[in-house]
Amino acid sequence: MTTKQHPLRPLTRRPVLAGLASLAALSGVRLAHAADSGPEQLARGIAEITKGATVLPGRVKLELPELAENGNSVSMTIVVESPQSAADHVRTIHVISEKNPIADVVKFHIGPRAGRARVQSSIRLADTQRVVALAEMSDGRFWSGEASVIVALAACIDAG
Amino acid sequence: MATTRIVVPATAKKGQIIEIKTLVQHPMITGHGRDNVGKPIPRDIINAFVVTYGGEKVFRADLFPGVAANPFFAFSTIATVTGEIVFTWTDDQGVETVEKRQLTVI
Repeated sequence: MTTKQHPLRPLTRRPVLAGLASLAALSGVRLAHAADSGPEQLARGIAEITKGATVLPGRVKLELPELAENGNSVSMTIVVESPQSAADHVRTIHVISEKNPIADVVKFHIGPRAGRARVQSSIRLADTQRVVALAEMSDGRFWSGEASVIVALAACIDAG
Repeated sequence: MATTRIVVPATAKKGQIIEIKTLVQHPMITGHGRDNVGKPIPRDIINAFVVTYGGEKVFRADLFPGVAANPFFAFSTIATVTGEIVFTWTDDQGVETVEKRQLTVI
């Protein structure tokens, strides 16, 4: 009655199915992760800020190095073409990343008292990716600029 | 209180746009990491940086873990009146670092 399994016996249905199931589970995890990072993360990050308002490309110059040797500290300059007057000024500049664990990187709240819309900082980049700067204007419109950075040594998001 | 470095002119002409540069010492722990026994390291970052000039807010930054350690900012403001520029950094523990600089408008 009981069939004794030979060690070199061909694969039977049950272990194959179990194997397939675990593979599927694994790939499911991968897919879920992929959905959290990349162009979707960027699009979602932008949508959360604009709340459906249209984003016009231009006026924003996001300066980042094309190649960053170390993603732990990448210097960034953002310049927005704006008279920065009481009637027409940049209210907030949002920086959104495509592949960092969190889409939001930093937000600068400026106003007419800034005199000009130019800010600088240093950011972390977890991977080679696109970064978008959104300028929220006093009239509620959004202008955007972006940059792509090749990151040689990624910011160590696993340690610290 | 963390160590800071601030570059701001001591004097400026009325209406002149002045550039301000600031740096604060802080590890900016992202909260994504784990220590050597696998325990998650809690997030500890500076989450807000506010600058007031003559009592009025002129610059604010909301920081996320994507800001590099020892956060650096450069920004500008128009010299209006002789007064105090106050810089306040707040971290996740609620620790505030406050620095003040006097700007004389001529």
